[in-house]
Amino acid sequence: MDRPTGICFNIQRYAIHDGPGIRTTVFLKGCPLSCTWCHNPEGLSPDPEILLVSDRCRHCGACVEACPNTPLVGPEGTKTTDRSLCVRCGRCVEACTAGARRLVGQEFTVDRLVGELERDRPFYEESGGGVTFSGGEPLAQDDFLLACLHECRERGLRTAVDTSGAAERDLVLEVGRVADLVLFDLKLLDPAEHERLTGAPLAPILENLRALDREGVEIRIRFPVIPGVTDAPANVTALGEFVASLEHTRRVHLLPFHRTAADKYTRLEREWTHADLRPSPDGTLADIAGVLEGLGLDVTVGG
Amino acid sequence: MTERVRRLRERSIAARPSISPERAVLLTDFYRENLDSHATPVLRALAFRHLCRNKTIWIGPDELIVGERGPEPAAASTYPELTCHSAEDLRILNSREKTSYDVSPETVDVYERKVIPYWRGKSLRDRIFERLPEEWKDAYEAGIFTEFMEQRAPGHTVADGKIYAKGMLELRREISESLKELDSLNDERAEHKRDELRAMEITADAVVLFAERHAELATELAENETDPARKLDLELIRETCTHVPAHAPRDFHEALQTYWFCHLAVVTELNGWDAFSPGHLDQHLGPFYERGLADGTLTRERAKELLECFFVKFNNHPAPPKVGVTAAESGTYTDFANINLAGQTRDGEDGTNEVSYILLEVIDELHILQPSQNVQISKKTPDRFIREACRVIRKGYGFPSVFNSDAVVEELVRQGKSPEDAREGGTSGCVEAGAFGKEAYILTGYFNLPKVLELALNDGVDPRTGKRLGPPTGDPRLFVEFEDLLGAFVDQLRHFIDIKIAGNDTIETIYAESMPAPFLSIITDDCIRNGLDYNEGGARYNTSYIQGVGIGTITDSLAALRKHVFHEGTFSTSEYLETLANDFEGAERLRDVLLNRSPKWGNDDDEADELMRTVFDAYFDAVDGRPNRRGGEYHVDMLPTTCHVYFGSVTGATPDGRKAGAPLSEGISPVQGADRRGPTAVFLSAAKMPHAKTGGTLLNMKFTPDVLSDERDIENLAGLIRTYFKLGGHHVQFNVVSAATLREAQDHPEEHRDLIVRVAGYSDYFCDISRALQDEIISRTEQKLP
Repeated sequence: MDRPTGICFNIQRYAIHDGPGIRTTVFLKGCPLSCTWCHNPEGLSPDPEILLVSDRCRHCGACVEACPNTPLVGPEGTKTTDRSLCVRCGRCVEACTAGARRLVGQEFTVDRLVGELERDRPFYEESGGGVTFSGGEPLAQDDFLLACLHECRERGLRTAVDTSGAAERDLVLEVGRVADLVLFDLKLLDPAEHERLTGAPLAPILENLRALDREGVEIRIRFPVIPGVTDAPANVTALGEFVASLEHTRRVHLLPFHRTAADKYTRLEREWTHADLRPSPDGTLADIAGVLEGLGLDVTVGG
Repeated sequence: MTERVRRLRERSIAARPSISPERAVLLTDFYRENLDSHATPVLRALAFRHLCRNKTIWIGPDELIVGERGPEPAAASTYPELTCHSAEDLRILNSREKTSYDVSPETVDVYERKVIPYWRGKSLRDRIFERLPEEWKDAYEAGIFTEFMEQRAPGHTVADGKIYAKGMLELRREISESLKELDSLNDERAEHKRDELRAMEITADAVVLFAERHAELATELAENETDPARKLDLELIRETCTHVPAHAPRDFHEALQTYWFCHLAVVTELNGWDAFSPGHLDQHLGPFYERGLADGTLTRERAKELLECFFVKFNNHPAPPKVGVTAAESGTYTDFANINLAGQTRDGEDGTNEVSYILLEVIDELHILQPSQNVQISKKTPDRFIREACRVIRKGYGFPSVFNSDAVVEELVRQGKSPEDAREGGTSGCVEAGAFGKEAYILTGYFNLPKVLELALNDGVDPRTGKRLGPPTGDPRLFVEFEDLLGAFVDQLRHFIDIKIAGNDTIETIYAESMPAPFLSIITDDCIRNGLDYNEGGARYNTSYIQGVGIGTITDSLAALRKHVFHEGTFSTSEYLETLANDFEGAERLRDVLLNRSPKWGNDDDEADELMRTVFDAYFDAVDGRPNRRGGEYHVDMLPTTCHVYFGSVTGATPDGRKAGAPLSEGISPVQGADRRGPTAVFLSAAKMPHAKTGGTLLNMKFTPDVLSDERDIENLAGLIRTYFKLGGHHVQFNVVSAATLREAQDHPEEHRDLIVRVAGYSDYFCDISRALQDEIISRTEQKLP
């Protein structure tokens, strides 16, 4: 049988906030959710996309010449992408020697990807680290993810999967069995708010988490603290109480909001709902940590 | 920090560096009267005694460890017998923008009247340049290599433990023994050895005399002192200076003062590179510390205060400034003394002790420019120590730098040292490995690898001047295979290494004949037993290094040439050469391809990394194992200090996309900005260099503070270091500072005077280094987190 291939949009080495030790994080492209605060917008679509780093553009016109559909000329000669016409052939990227145009989303075979992940093995072994599959939503590329997890296990590389939990129950449980650690994101505990701001129903996610926990899978909850969105006291308490009601899981990581995603939205030529949002004021995360610790949880600020 | 230390530290930082003519005048007077009356070693020893007998003695307020090189703190001595400053040099030193030294009109006057007229044409530097051949001078002027010993004497020297076990009186007895054993009938050098040994005796007595003069001054000051606490201090100083270094030290305080007198003697006798260093200070002091605690004469707090008083003494010594063309350039105040922490004992046990931890606290509290400190991490070093060291690194002072003790031992053993002597060794200066107290390891000069490639691409002619420097190795447009180009490079490389070594032979001979260092010889095994000087091969081990610079630039250049000319035919060689000659003018797209579409060293990319290995092997083969004039061998080091900036300024546009005049890559760090895959990839690339075949490599890595914000980050930093060392890496140092902070410092230097960065192998005040180097530090890739 042919082994599956996958689409990855980044491989981040020396990732030190995605599980224990020194890790390499693979970002798989495509996500069933559409959280308004998403800080990896280039991971939302399952398909490759063109990023435009306008600071590097020399306005040489090579991309316009290379484009078969000529969607690149915008008002006043700016080199913008008419994304409705773009077929993502990558010829403009190839032509852009200045590196202003980049294709995010590359196809990998399991062997090629795991071969890349092998490179930092000495660092994983020294630090108790390994490989983290993130996204996007890694479970959206189920066959590829499972094949990679099995391959890593066979080669003795420890794995973690960072998931939204929005997937079929059986798949979630299977991933939980093959991976060494699951980083499970929880955002909003009010079902209506959850659906409104992430585009997905909450109930299956919570049920998946409870099922994983019951199986004794090692889980760390990741809670993105988005000012004015997820940091309301009622949400914090509800989230904390839900986690406290689980049989095994007690560790919660608070992920502070940061603005580095703003550049990515610009490069994708998209608007960002939260472009004006400021990071949480000092002390907010400590306060939230205090509330959660009061519920008997073990809280870390940062990934 | 105690109030005493706070005051000492503030005074040391506030002291304005100046030039003191005292040593130059005393020496000139002595030479004028005595030049022809003695054999050279004896003359040098008597000159040293003259200095010890007549130089100003300084004991400052609050001090517990005493003695200065100049007449007062921050007053730099000069060494006209080595290099004589011109009146113009002195004026430039006084007025230059960076690292200036106050020079009074009286100093210029006495130089013009007395010092310059006597030494003109007689200084060692003048004699060296007189004897070196034209081809050496041409290569030197073109910036193919630099020469260390035209400015300062052979140095990079580090003390071992003998001075804590034996006083000068005992060492003097050993000299007498050696004198008695001289065999005038069968040893044709017996007369020379007799002179050398007598010279050693004179210097041993002189340094005791020097200490006694401190005891006398302390007595005098104590008599007039009204503050009873200070009176007690002064009485303690008197007692200490009466006992050491004539006798072996009895306690912690005496041990520190013993080293400091030896330090002063070494840097007064001659101006050796990197001053002098105490080496494994923690291991040397450990027994005194334990004994003091056990018998109740010492507390941890007192030990720390004494160490801090001791550190301030180093900071009181701005480096003696250079002469000649370099006087106009910014230099550095640091004199490169470097203290080793942790490491291994002679028997191969873990060398970490409580003093190691105290020293980390001292580094953290004092935050001063000198001395440099490094931690030597072996497989046996406790995790606790490495984590504590990482916590200090995180503060962003630029130190301690981090060394792989196991690799250092392996390097030294490969060079022929016994494992015990190797373990007792460590690193000094920037990153240089040496067997402390037993080796004269001399750095002879930096070597510009990309410049040699430039010559190979121009058939031996320097395109900057149109002058032929190297042999004709063929028109590169006619090269068919990449190997043809490599062959031309290797031929040019060997040609210039030959010239460099021939020049070194001349210089080493001049030093051996006319500039012995009898005091340094006393404390370096086996000069006494051999009856020979440190500068003529008297030491147990005698090594000469040539330091390769620009390995990143040349690797990326060769990788780009191989890919675009020989493999893919993206451009023709003539197009390439023309573009380089025009410094990429009008060829932005071609330059983009070189910068963005070529394999780059530092990304764990085998295609580039393999070429690094090719260049390294060629360089190693050209240098390693060749004999020097002192009975030892040549080896390679891969470090630049700040020379990559100078070498860049004389090297045209390079095939990796670097513009003419821009700095070369630094140490074994990747080209500035070329590493794009994070620190693990840099370490993996760097580890592909066979560090064990060098005597030191320098890898610089800059982190912004957010990478090291919490305890887990510290753990991971320790993990990075341990992994790199497991893979055989020699050294790594970290700058923890944000680019924004550095830019701010450029704009408002007055507000950032205390900002210390690691420039290359040493730490310096950011505001004191050149704009070009500042810009380079800012541009060096920041290892960011996702």
